Amino acid sequence: MENTVCAIELRGITKRFGEVVANDGIDLKLNWGEILSLLGENGSGKTTLMNMLSGIYFPDEGQIYVGGQPVSIRSPRDAFANGIGMIHQHYKLVDVFTAAENIVLGLEEPGRLDFRAAGERVRGICERYGFDIDPDQKIYDMSVSQKQTVEIVKVLYRGADILILDEPTAVLTPQETDKLFDVLQAMKADGKAIVIITHKLHEVMALSDKVAVLRKGKYIGTVNTAETTPQALTDMMVGHTVTLNIDRPRYEKPVKRLEIQNLTVLDGEGIKRLDGVSFTALGGEILGVAGIAGSGQKELLEAISGLCPVGEGEILYTPDGQEPSNLVGKTPMQIRKAGVAMAFVPEDRLGMGLVGSMGMTGNMMLRSWKKGKGVFVNRKDPNALAMQIWKDLEVVTPDTEFPVRRMSGGNVQKVLVGREIASAPSVLMTAYAVRGLDINTSYTIYNLLTEQKMKGVAVLYVGEDLDVLLELCDRILVLCGGRVSGVVDARKATKDQIGLLMTRLDGKEGRS
Amino acid sequence: MGNFMNLFIALIIAAITYGTPLLFGTLGETLTEKSGNLNLGVEGIMFMGGALGLGGVFYYEKAAGAGANGLVAVVIGVLCAFLAGVLASLIFSFLTITLRANQNVTGLALSIFGTGVGQFAGEYMRVRENGYISIGNHLKTFFQNSPFPDVLQKIPVVGGVLFGNSVFFYLGLMLAAGMFFFLNRTRTGLYLRSVGESPATADAAGIAVERYKYLATVIGGGISAVGGMVYIMTIAGCVWNHEGLSGVGWLAVALVIFCMWRPLSAIWGSVLFGALMILYLRLVLPFIPTQIYKILPYVVTVVVLIVSSMRNNKEKQPPASLGLAYFREDR
Amino acid sequence: MNHEKKTPLIRLAKRDGMEGWKIWCIRCGAVLFALLLGALVMGLVGANPFTAYGAMVSGALGKKSAIRQTVKIAVPLLGCALAIAPCFKMRFWNIGAEGQITAGAIAASYFALFWADRLPAPVLLTVMGVAGAVGGGFWALIPAFFKARWNTNETLFTLMMNYIVIGVVQWLQGGPWEGRKGSQIIPQFDEAACLPRVFGIHCGWIIVLVLVVFMHIYMNYTKHGYEISVIGDSVNTARYAGMNVGWVMMRTMFLSGAISGIVGFIVASGANNTLYDGVAGGVGFTSITVAWLSQLNAFAMVGISVLLAVLSKGAETLQTRMAVPASISDIITGILLFCMLGCEFFIHYRLIFRKKKEARNG
Repeated sequence: MENTVCAIELRGITKRFGEVVANDGIDLKLNWGEILSLLGENGSGKTTLMNMLSGIYFPDEGQIYVGGQPVSIRSPRDAFANGIGMIHQHYKLVDVFTAAENIVLGLEEPGRLDFRAAGERVRGICERYGFDIDPDQKIYDMSVSQKQTVEIVKVLYRGADILILDEPTAVLTPQETDKLFDVLQAMKADGKAIVIITHKLHEVMALSDKVAVLRKGKYIGTVNTAETTPQALTDMMVGHTVTLNIDRPRYEKPVKRLEIQNLTVLDGEGIKRLDGVSFTALGGEILGVAGIAGSGQKELLEAISGLCPVGEGEILYTPDGQEPSNLVGKTPMQIRKAGVAMAFVPEDRLGMGLVGSMGMTGNMMLRSWKKGKGVFVNRKDPNALAMQIWKDLEVVTPDTEFPVRRMSGGNVQKVLVGREIASAPSVLMTAYAVRGLDINTSYTIYNLLTEQKMKGVAVLYVGEDLDVLLELCDRILVLCGGRVSGVVDARKATKDQIGLLMTRLDGKEGRS
Repeated sequence: MGNFMNLFIALIIAAITYGTPLLFGTLGETLTEKSGNLNLGVEGIMFMGGALGLGGVFYYEKAAGAGANGLVAVVIGVLCAFLAGVLASLIFSFLTITLRANQNVTGLALSIFGTGVGQFAGEYMRVRENGYISIGNHLKTFFQNSPFPDVLQKIPVVGGVLFGNSVFFYLGLMLAAGMFFFLNRTRTGLYLRSVGESPATADAAGIAVERYKYLATVIGGGISAVGGMVYIMTIAGCVWNHEGLSGVGWLAVALVIFCMWRPLSAIWGSVLFGALMILYLRLVLPFIPTQIYKILPYVVTVVVLIVSSMRNNKEKQPPASLGLAYFREDR
Repeated sequence: MNHEKKTPLIRLAKRDGMEGWKIWCIRCGAVLFALLLGALVMGLVGANPFTAYGAMVSGALGKKSAIRQTVKIAVPLLGCALAIAPCFKMRFWNIGAEGQITAGAIAASYFALFWADRLPAPVLLTVMGVAGAVGGGFWALIPAFFKARWNTNETLFTLMMNYIVIGVVQWLQGGPWEGRKGSQIIPQFDEAACLPRVFGIHCGWIIVLVLVVFMHIYMNYTKHGYEISVIGDSVNTARYAGMNVGWVMMRTMFLSGAISGIVGFIVASGANNTLYDGVAGGVGFTSITVAWLSQLNAFAMVGISVLLAVLSKGAETLQTRMAVPASISDIITGILLFCMLGCEFFIHYRLIFRKKKEARNG
């Protein structure tokens, strides 16, 4: 192995975004005819690293070698010129075009556009690797997996020998995944070098020759798949348990607050996002929700708060001293009035739950605007609330009218979480509440949540960092592929245990 | 019966005459909108094209005197109008593409500006040339008469309809066919459509989004402007007539929707709209107010718009990014 | 270092906000620049720009009668801009104000023509105003309904609606409401159906000023205004907050159309004393630019509509005094709009020129 020329070699690649170091001196090697899995938790820097190969970002430091030659990749065009093609998670296709039209898009071939010839070439590629697409079919008529196939063919059509796939199986059914893997094996046999970004261990084990692990922007190491076990990989991925010293008091008498029974949610395309989810959330405890991104966390919170339609199942809610009632079928307004609050921090931070162009006061009003009779909005109470949150949570802003869009991320999140807590809910749901925050601000938020718990509120904490989940929560619910793969006691569970539950997609465990 | 047939044929020929300026206006705007730019300044662009096209031909005739060549005059008219349209849509492109101003508002501003320029130029020339601007009869024939020999035009029934129209109708036909070919069969056309559908996808594929938008908008504006010139030279009798021209640009915008952004449909669409423009003079039916004909183009366009949105047919939709500015870092 | 090559000569970045005084400096600079360009145009056609601008200002504001004329032009512009503002705030591109004015004018004219002898003047005028509001409102509601229900493109829909209703007026002019047979003209309104004058101008200006205050309060202090702002910022957030987006859309469009309809009533009853197909006369379009350039601020609209009215009235004087065609006002207005539209770019974006040591590159 040592004497063959590497397809790709990265040496000391570093990329920073402002203060954040996304990749820190990463070294990586990949040979021709090999499949490498790039493994790591969310935010570990996998996609950033690969984006530097595909010309989206340019590294701050370090050097990339393709076929042993140093290269500089400044744009997707440069990447293609070096035979590198990346299939992104979000497909870039024109809906009203056919597959062939999308495939030739942007190519500077001489001569006139000849779809018959292009179609022939596409068919040739398809036959060679066992793809199944019709070059004349429109994209909008295609399934997700067909669209992905078009993206892969597009890359091959451009003569790529090095393929990078960013979480290709996230949107596929198990059967489609198997098919994709067959195709990837065929390409490997053809001598192509393939990188697949994933955090699903069983896929790693099934497919790849080598595994490279990243953790929090750092390169941990590369192992041969044949010589490793899922257990060992999990250890590399999550690292050793870090003690955070989050204060975790016990609430004396937890009461049943929310009972989810057999909840199923379908998305717009009819794919099951949640599949028979059942659990109970208690008032006076923080229930952590762990899982790989896109395992159904968002849908779970949206279903409970009434924002996305429920396919099947019941959400029974028991306010203090009242009979349980089913929340399914109620409007978001009714559910919120009943005392269920949600603070969801999406990837772009704004978008849901905050109005970027308004100040703190305007955003406080989002919860209270309908209150009171008459045509005028009450600005006084929201303003007082804004002042209070400003002071209590130390939000950095010149005044309460300063648009939240222009605040820094941490402050935006304080505003959002602060507002939800201020509504004195009996169920408080937060998702990614500390996303992108520094340590101190994170602790402020943890303390706020714990305070709520001690008031008897049922807190649902959807998080990414397992260390935090283990120290902050009382119990942890693990989601995997839209199903509950386990509920553990956070005081006793280990990181490995949760890591394995998160990646348990092989079906045989199913619900436990 | 024969009488009715004659009337019908006369109607079609008149409809083609009135439809030809629309055809140019619509084809230009279709090209523009295919790049994702909604240029509502067509009205202004056609005014400018009309006035400057007329001016170009007038001063050419004045300079050349009796030796004026008809063919040269037509070329000058087309060029002047095209240039006027290019200038007008260059303003629009600079504001919306480079400076990212709102397209609706910029288009309306261009409408105001363009009608102003057109009217000003028309008035100004009229005043300077002592009250009257007109093209000599010799040149007029080149603009208004058919380029085909009499023999063909005299073919019974179909002769007049097929061969009796002004040269611009045939130019328009060629342009429509050419645009169809360009948009659907060439690489550049494909890339242009991708820019209008999804600039982010086009950008990622290495297509120079801004360049495509500029070129499509500017050339489209030029084509629309030729329509204004055609109106002045054929229908208005080579005299500046802002009354007649007003509204033609908006009709062209409607026609783009009516034809669902397809250049070949623009041919029969413009003849149909042309017919509706003049039907009130030719087809007086009892109990039907003649003004109904004038609003029919807009009514049918609204119906087309509604039906296409209700059906949600993916093919028959405006370009997906129509009216939106593209800024790469917004992704 | 290959980094240097990657960075283009000029890059764009979104600006995070600018001090208020700087923003106003840029905008004023744009207006000055536009006037300069306008002077250039005048120079090109052989008019001395100084005397020309002087003639325009004195023609628009020099005499009491001139001021009255200017106000008369500004009133519908301002009223209509007020109507459009909530739609644009909601990112609902209503460019159908032209038609909504006309629809309102038709409804008001119906009462002016057929109820003038049956109602006392104050009642009649009130009825006309209400009818104008309802007429304009319903006309605006049609595209809003289809937008809310089937997401029909509102820009194109509202645009088409303009010409349909103008056609209706032409039909009324030549048919059922025609005065003398063959005249194609609707008869003058009865004295009772004309808006009374205050300071020599029909009292529409008072109505519009009241509307300025009303819309300012509506947009900034009411629940409705709050809903509109939230929807304009993010439809998802609005749904999350429990707002019925479709309903708000229809309600806002009705209100917008209603105000345009009132403007139509003012123009028909106050300015023209009759109805004809040019009742809107492009005001619906110009007012869109007024609303947009005022950043949808009701008080700024007063200033901009007056500015455009001065240009338009001044150009008439220019025509009579210096034989420059009055359409020069459209040209200068256009230039002014272009400059002001363009200058927003410098407020929202930052140009970054390549420096020798660029710390980051994208």
